[in-house]
Amino acid sequence: MFTPEMMESIKKVEATREARMAVEPRRMTAEEKSELLKAYHPDYRPEGFKEIKIGPNKGQKAPVELADLLHSNSRLLNENIDLSKIDYDVDVLVIGGGGAGCSAAIEAHEAGANVMVVTKLRIGDANTMMAEGGIQAADKPNDSPVQHYLDAFGGGHFAARPELLRRLVMEAPDAIQWLNKLGVMFDKYEDGTMVTTHGGGTSRKRMHACKDYSGAEIMRTVRDEVLNRKIPVVEFTSAVELIKDDKGQVAGAVLLNMETDDYLVARAKTVIIATGGAGRLHYQNFPTSNHYGATADGLILGYRAGAPLLYQDTIQYHPTGVAYPSQIFGALVTEKVRSLGAMLVNKDGEAYAHPLETRDVSASAIIRECAGGKGVDTPLGSGVWLDTPMIEMIHGEGTIEKRIPAMLRMYLNYGIDMRKVPILVYPTLHYQNGGLEIGGEGYTKAIPNLLVAGEAVGGIHGRNRLMGNSLLDIIVFGRNAGKAAARRAAETQLSEMNLDHIKAYADELAAADCAEEGVSPLLLPNYARHQR
Amino acid sequence: MSNMVNVYFYGKRYSVPGDLTIMTAMEYAGYTLKRGCGCRHGFCGACATIYRIKGCNELKTCLACQTQVQEGMYVASIPFFPTDKRTYDINTIKADQRVMMELYPEIYACIGCNACTKACTQSLNVMQYIAYAQRGELEKCAEESFDCVGCGCCSVRCPAGISHPMVGLLARRLTGKYIAPETKHLTDRVNEINAGAYDELIEAIMQKPISEMQELYNHRDIEK
Repeated sequence: MFTPEMMESIKKVEATREARMAVEPRRMTAEEKSELLKAYHPDYRPEGFKEIKIGPNKGQKAPVELADLLHSNSRLLNENIDLSKIDYDVDVLVIGGGGAGCSAAIEAHEAGANVMVVTKLRIGDANTMMAEGGIQAADKPNDSPVQHYLDAFGGGHFAARPELLRRLVMEAPDAIQWLNKLGVMFDKYEDGTMVTTHGGGTSRKRMHACKDYSGAEIMRTVRDEVLNRKIPVVEFTSAVELIKDDKGQVAGAVLLNMETDDYLVARAKTVIIATGGAGRLHYQNFPTSNHYGATADGLILGYRAGAPLLYQDTIQYHPTGVAYPSQIFGALVTEKVRSLGAMLVNKDGEAYAHPLETRDVSASAIIRECAGGKGVDTPLGSGVWLDTPMIEMIHGEGTIEKRIPAMLRMYLNYGIDMRKVPILVYPTLHYQNGGLEIGGEGYTKAIPNLLVAGEAVGGIHGRNRLMGNSLLDIIVFGRNAGKAAARRAAETQLSEMNLDHIKAYADELAAADCAEEGVSPLLLPNYARHQR
Repeated sequence: MSNMVNVYFYGKRYSVPGDLTIMTAMEYAGYTLKRGCGCRHGFCGACATIYRIKGCNELKTCLACQTQVQEGMYVASIPFFPTDKRTYDINTIKADQRVMMELYPEIYACIGCNACTKACTQSLNVMQYIAYAQRGELEKCAEESFDCVGCGCCSVRCPAGISHPMVGLLARRLTGKYIAPETKHLTDRVNEINAGAYDELIEAIMQKPISEMQELYNHRDIEK
């Protein structure tokens, strides 16, 4: 339920609705966007970043919380791990049980490799499960992979690695077809045509969806396929460090049973890091739309083993996180709400920007409105209105229940009927644009048999990601990593395993005098409140 | 500061702010969650929870991340429940009534008590989608079960031992793969790409200098 002050502001939103609906708000010019980002995007706040002092990205900046983890020692530094006692011995080790990890496991299995998935929580506990709005692919007659490339390249500020972006857009239709053949229920018309909409920054309607459970539908399908294939999945077990061999290859990982605190050794000829994002590090104290385990573990593992990062200083804040009520603060309100026509409106009822600018621009504009006193005060800060009743006025009654049932349900839990009243939103920490650097085949630049897929990769999207390109990238790059890892495993000979890089990293930290007190990777956020 | 309420985690009393969810209240009480906590936003089903309000005899089920605490709430989480997933080859099974009989025959032991529907944390009509599955109406079963997050509360309460989420999942995969109409424009585009129709065009755009890309991007036409 909204407060009386909020209800007063809603009256202004209602009063301007009819006039607003008659005019599409103007899109910003390139110059206007650039000015806005510099003034309001959190990536431009210097206090949110610090310099990385050691390793391949030494001298570059990273979010403070990530830099602190990069400047922390391994929890194995003073442990004596017996690497001769091998608990799991496989061709391909997939670290992470989300969309990228499962896609990789399926393809590696299809290629005949002995593959295993290890995951910190349950298989499917991942940001993939929470992706709502959709997945992009240029598969309609008025669209093309080249148009998709242009949208994504421009939306990412011309910083995406062309070889990665090419793969993303060229393999997108095949990814959709693969999912469809696995049984993913895409929204279709009766003749089989996909129901597609715009996302922020798209020039064609190429957003495919499964209501607003797009990621969940994809995740539960690929998870089911992993289980059908009887691929071993070790749950509640974290990879806490990569193992290397005398030749400098990666040779597996040391695992931690999260429940018994026992260490285990997994030997593998190729390793795929598919550990996802970092929202639970709460950069700049933002709330997050990410799942509980999103703590950048794979970035730490890879970096300590010598793999460089790319664009680790660019973070995506989703414009529309829940600003109110507090119980769901920071939860994602899918961009699809705006794809379906809802406008962003300030407390005076003004549509201050086009609702489908790219996410960085849209988030910055909300922050600007709130900083300038045009936001609606909430117990935890402020927010702007997302005028959801417009959706039913544009597309007819029942559209919200049919197209975005998860959103409707989430708000009805707290007595807010988004069909009747607008909802309050504010940016939420959503996605790490950066990550470990890979080449087109999915391999890290420094270690020949270490691959990365999914959100842990940097460079696919450049410095901002478009809606629907992440569900796409986990499938495209997950599948590719699985295939490549199976191939490489067949050619790989491992030699004596060691954890020497842990000590070497500790020495570097000591020499740079920057070692933090804690250990990394973090594994889980520290949410438990302890009175002493 | 909001009002404090008394809640009981596994029978032990804690005083917590009344505006918290069950999940954040457990963390407020000092629990470090490993099991029973996943996406924290109502999509993954990790935090299936059963509770009773002191003085009421009715047992309720919910997702801990989506449910606000109440005074006198006795809470037990169900971090794992042995639902029974049957394995199959999606490429060889058929989308007919027999598939349910073969893979999930226990659905025919449903006694119609509707406990599954009452237990659903997503307010789905669970018994109805099981009925559709019994009749081989796979598409209806898929639609009716679509919003399932797989928390398993239905199965916990089922006297017939049915693993409802798995039945819905099978129906959805069969519907997505076999029953929903084929997408011709998708097939066409995949074929075009495989035939190399876009190779030169994509190569060309990859080679363009940034200034030209900026020009193209800033002046591209946007579909209405």
